Amino acid sequence: MIKFLIKGILRDRSKSLIPVSVITIGVSITVLMSGFLSGILSDVVDQSSKLDTGHVKVMTKPYAENKDQLPNDLAILDLTALLDSLKSNYPEINWAPRIKFGGFLDVANDAGETKNQGPGLGLAVSLFDKSAKEKSRLGLKKSLQRGRLPEKSREILLSDQFAKKLKLNPGEKVTYFGSSMEGSMVFESFIMVGTVNFGVSLMDKGTFIIDFYDAQKLLDMQDGAGELLGFFENAIYNDIKASEITTNFNKEFDESSDEFAPIMFTLKGQNDLGASLDLASSFMGAFVFIFIFAMSLVLWNTGLIGGLRRYKEFGIRLALGESKKTVYTLLMLESIIIGAIGSILGTILGVLFCYYLQEVGIDISQDTKNASIVMPSIIRAHVTPSLLYVGFIPGLFSMVFGTALAGRGIFKIKTAQLFKDLEV
Amino acid sequence: MNYNFYVILISLISFNFYSQERSSPEALAVIEKVDLNMVSKSQILTSEMIVHGKRKSRTIRSKGYSVGQDKNFTEYLSPEREKGMKMLKLDDRLWIYSPSTDRTIQLSGHLLRQSLMGSDLSYEDMMEEKKLSLIYSVNIIGEELINNRKAWKMELIAKVSNVSYYKRLSWIDKEKYVPLKEDLFAKSGELLKTTLFTDIKKINGRWYPTKINYKDVLKTGQGTDFVILEIAFDKSIPDNYFSKSILKK
Repeated sequence: MIKFLIKGILRDRSKSLIPVSVITIGVSITVLMSGFLSGILSDVVDQSSKLDTGHVKVMTKPYAENKDQLPNDLAILDLTALLDSLKSNYPEINWAPRIKFGGFLDVANDAGETKNQGPGLGLAVSLFDKSAKEKSRLGLKKSLQRGRLPEKSREILLSDQFAKKLKLNPGEKVTYFGSSMEGSMVFESFIMVGTVNFGVSLMDKGTFIIDFYDAQKLLDMQDGAGELLGFFENAIYNDIKASEITTNFNKEFDESSDEFAPIMFTLKGQNDLGASLDLASSFMGAFVFIFIFAMSLVLWNTGLIGGLRRYKEFGIRLALGESKKTVYTLLMLESIIIGAIGSILGTILGVLFCYYLQEVGIDISQDTKNASIVMPSIIRAHVTPSLLYVGFIPGLFSMVFGTALAGRGIFKIKTAQLFKDLEV
Repeated sequence: MNYNFYVILISLISFNFYSQERSSPEALAVIEKVDLNMVSKSQILTSEMIVHGKRKSRTIRSKGYSVGQDKNFTEYLSPEREKGMKMLKLDDRLWIYSPSTDRTIQLSGHLLRQSLMGSDLSYEDMMEEKKLSLIYSVNIIGEELINNRKAWKMELIAKVSNVSYYKRLSWIDKEKYVPLKEDLFAKSGELLKTTLFTDIKKINGRWYPTKINYKDVLKTGQGTDFVILEIAFDKSIPDNYFSKSILKK
């Protein structure tokens, strides 16, 4: 029977051309949007975790309240003790202490006076401690634009944009000027050994990276860290596990009278990321629903036109003694086959578009210049296994739903009127 | 009816502009007397800045030399981390010399409004000494008791553009003609800092507050105390104190 129906669909293209085209277009757009959105979301999560939030993050309570001001005077002290306790309580997490700090980078002329200068955001990470995995986590080697990575103390990496703004080349000296943890004025000269491109507008504007232990000395933060980031060993964020760890950790310090007691946050609990991710997921759900609805309307209309065109065919089949229920059932089967063909074609097209956007991406660096969250400068789609079936939901459902509505007309056909219409 | 309404409205608006841009003679006389106390031809000042941090307080001692409104040279005496640092301000440019790196760094423009050594003072607050009567239009808007001293409450609105604070509310001691308290505002109307002037002493014939608490309202904490240990007015200061060569000496 199905073979017979497929033959009918293929031979009588007027039956299938418009519905298959509509479904193909709709499904390809759904697949593309789904791949694109999941690409953006996973990039945001990935970039945010690596550069800013970790999978979990520990700060002191007052630091967390004012974290946008980079208040290192409120930073974690007794870092070693805290790290030891975290490592023994949560061995599945890799801990990475970091310090973020503001200040100016100043390039001198021959007389030792200011030639070029600019405000920057310092990021101190463990560059020389291999167990911290920070170099690979931040993808420094991959994002290196000029020069090399720091190999010893008092070497500094700059974002490529920042280095160009300061007219600074690898091998040249640059002086950091800022404040220590307690506010003392701090001057320190570094050798700029290389430039990197983070691929995040927020950081590419004016970020510099120094070694964590250099920063501890520079900012008078012996055994201190602004933030302690935790990453799951498999590098994949697990919200349930992260929430469980966070709840357990925070329970320990809930009743603490220490004003500077530590507090842990999950990735989703920071920078409104949770709300943004939930919103994006809801948006995707709403998008699929709207597509199903809109395509159903189109296909209903197509079905109605087809029904009118096939009025004679239905009439003859009824006159030959086929029951209305059988005609309707076969019509539904036909719609499932058409839906499946359209969905397959749409999925192939959608995945191809996604692949293109995965490889090429769309540059949004101009629009994210002033973004306050870590957003990639180039947004890309991600081709994932889910794209192979996500389009079938709207593709099949809309075709079946549209045909079901249009096909109701079969039951309204009156035999007496039918014979008259067919001039039997 | 409508005509009268518009006449009254325009008069009120004009009066408002007038009152904002012009000082009342009485208020101007008060603020000129304040300037006589607070501003001198030159100053040599040894001071301590006590920065009350969230975890601990730091005391920074410095010696400053200033001539007129635009020349200031400060050398930091302690603690060890700051010792030997020097700052030279000429007009709207500031040079900072760090002995540890043997570098002279220049700051200008909005950078001068940054916090000085983590304190509640900006570089401008520390090194600026301008006659209020010249840069603000002033009006007396009330009388209040501040620290049991009778004071005029005065509103100062900037009449020039390059001022650190567009508006000040100053409480001026009615007897000694020194400020007792000030609220400093941005042009947007946002309160930026509050200052409290205490330990007012008569030095070389002029009343002068020797302890000032600056509180940046955007920061948490108790603010920064600026304590004058020694001050000399109108002393002759050699010109080389205000040349860049002094920084590396």
